Amino acid sequence: MGSSVIRAVDGISVSVEPGEFVALLGQSGSGKSTLLNLMAGLDRPTSGAVLVEGRDLAKLSSEELARYRRNDVGMVFQAFHLIPSMTIAENIELPMRFAEVDRAEREQRVREALERVGLGHRREHRPSELSGGEQQRVSIARALVNRPSLLLADEPTGNLDSRTGEDILGLIRDLSVAMQMTVVMVTHERALAERFAQRLIFLADGKVTSSTTVNLSGQRAPSLGGSTPAAPNMSGSEEARA
Amino acid sequence: MKGYDLLELAVRNLRQSKLRNGLTTVGISVGVASLVAMLSLGVGLQQLATKRLAGSGMFDTVFVASKVDARGWNRDEDRKEQDLDKAPALDEAARDKMAHLQYVTEVEPEIRVMAEILYGGQTHFGFVTGLPMSARENEAFDSLQGKFFSRSDADEVILLNDFAKELEPKDPKSLIGKEVTLRYGEHQPLAADSENSGRLGVTGEHADNSNAGDDYGFSVVRKMQPLKVVGIIDEEPYGGMRTVSRGRIFLPVDLTERLNMAQFSDMRSSLRGNGKTFMTLTVRVKDPAKVAQVQDAIKQMGFRTFSVLDATKSLRRFFTVLDLFLGIFGSLALAVATLAIINTLVMAVLERRREIGVMKAIGASDADVKRLFFAEAGAMGFFGGVLGIALGFAIGKAINLGTGIYLHNHQLPAEPVWILPPWLIGAAIVFSIVVSLLAGLYPASRAARLDPVQTLKYE
Repeated sequence: MGSSVIRAVDGISVSVEPGEFVALLGQSGSGKSTLLNLMAGLDRPTSGAVLVEGRDLAKLSSEELARYRRNDVGMVFQAFHLIPSMTIAENIELPMRFAEVDRAEREQRVREALERVGLGHRREHRPSELSGGEQQRVSIARALVNRPSLLLADEPTGNLDSRTGEDILGLIRDLSVAMQMTVVMVTHERALAERFAQRLIFLADGKVTSSTTVNLSGQRAPSLGGSTPAAPNMSGSEEARA
Repeated sequence: MKGYDLLELAVRNLRQSKLRNGLTTVGISVGVASLVAMLSLGVGLQQLATKRLAGSGMFDTVFVASKVDARGWNRDEDRKEQDLDKAPALDEAARDKMAHLQYVTEVEPEIRVMAEILYGGQTHFGFVTGLPMSARENEAFDSLQGKFFSRSDADEVILLNDFAKELEPKDPKSLIGKEVTLRYGEHQPLAADSENSGRLGVTGEHADNSNAGDDYGFSVVRKMQPLKVVGIIDEEPYGGMRTVSRGRIFLPVDLTERLNMAQFSDMRSSLRGNGKTFMTLTVRVKDPAKVAQVQDAIKQMGFRTFSVLDATKSLRRFFTVLDLFLGIFGSLALAVATLAIINTLVMAVLERRREIGVMKAIGASDADVKRLFFAEAGAMGFFGGVLGIALGFAIGKAINLGTGIYLHNHQLPAEPVWILPPWLIGAAIVFSIVVSLLAGLYPASRAARLDPVQTLKYE
């Protein structure tokens, strides 16, 4: 195969308000996951900037990006990505090990996070002993445990049946309100996105095609209380070689 | 990430693939064991050789002779010496001076005279040798039956086994505790009135000498001395100047002096007329390392000296080279083990690609990932080191047991040829950890470089 430059995300400019629940929609290969990875600081743009609360992620060192990921971002994946050899409690504890949270406090926070996702009774189980929906709840608990202001979800319902998917998105929405988190979710299920997100951003071939604000019919009042959640504000393009 | 979290994660990761990591750890331990076994063998052999040589009495001893007596020992030096005949005499005063030098434990003359032992109505001829109390340390006394002399001038005698057989062919051992009679020649100065009759061309310039009779001659008077047999030995102890003493009858050296036994050198002293002198003196030094110092001090006094110091130097060089070779052989197995560590960790990196990606996504830095793999390598090194010490210890015990049986079959006393010094235990564990960390360098940096986006792609 010849080597040609593919622009996964090209000349995009997106901004997300603090506390907002945004869904990125598009076909596979449209660049929505790349956009999410840029926001997560897992990937760097070839050109342009990713601004989070005034900080440009593109200019941070890898050590600073790691700190950003551990303190400001929580991530949820389609495949859950729990560590199979660890118990549920240990999986949830892992980000706090990297964040050097005190041992005594960790125990407390694990219990709290498990209760928030309704899995208090499963703490000593292994991920393989849980259903898909339960595993995704664990991964949400893991994402929350370092109290991030930004929750990034990459196809969180992709591996779940539609009823469980709805439960999970409902949980994410409720938690984002309770913990004042900004949520950016990648999905290709438009119906679900319309039900839970405040804004839909459509991508195709690495470009934004449209952006729609959803009327949530009074289901949810945007909460912008005391603290200001981080929200990414980005423009630029990402190139990948294929 | 904090240290204890790092260790906890590392150990839990190692336990995930118990068989693979266990085998690698055993591999390291075999490497450490071979290194430990080899180096301990080197240490053991060196200690054995040093002990044996110290036992031979050669390495802590300086032999002293008068320059006049030892003419021709070192011709180059003799040519430079203009006034050889004015060299100091090796007499009682010189002996006393040497005894007071630092690090000198004793100064003994070499005494060897012909004598006879009367026992059971028979007369047995033999050479008598005077032994200092320090001779107890000599390896010849390892096989001592009975006891050593109780005092340095006790009326006691130790016999060579061959000689004892002459006395008691059936049961030489039964001699121990029995009394024998020694017949010897006593050195007596001539009476003053016989001065003129015995002159042998010696002028009166020495007339003021303290022991006037010695200047002009002496009498040898037959004497008898009862002695108690206290011990029997199989081999002759090594005597002065590296000549085997050839003695068969051993007396405490102070007893021989008290009995004033006539010696060969007495006649020469008499001819020369400079009083009682010694042929050679044997100076024992507290520590073989101080021999050179003592030797220099005695040279300063104007005597000729001889020691086997140079032999110990080349011995040390030999063991340094031996240790080096044993170390290289031992390290080969550890080098192989290093490859096993690299292999294991590279496998682990490949297997745990996704896990590494997840850890990075949830906040692990590149350095955290690198340290985690280092910790795993270090932990394997530590456990391998500890296990290796145990294994090496077992191998060493087996070597000792084997050589013990071999020596026993050859009617020799068992000696440990393998000694594990405490420093080697610590050094081996540290070395094992360091080697493992070095082996972890490549896998760890490879893990740290993994791109989380690639590893987390859903397939």
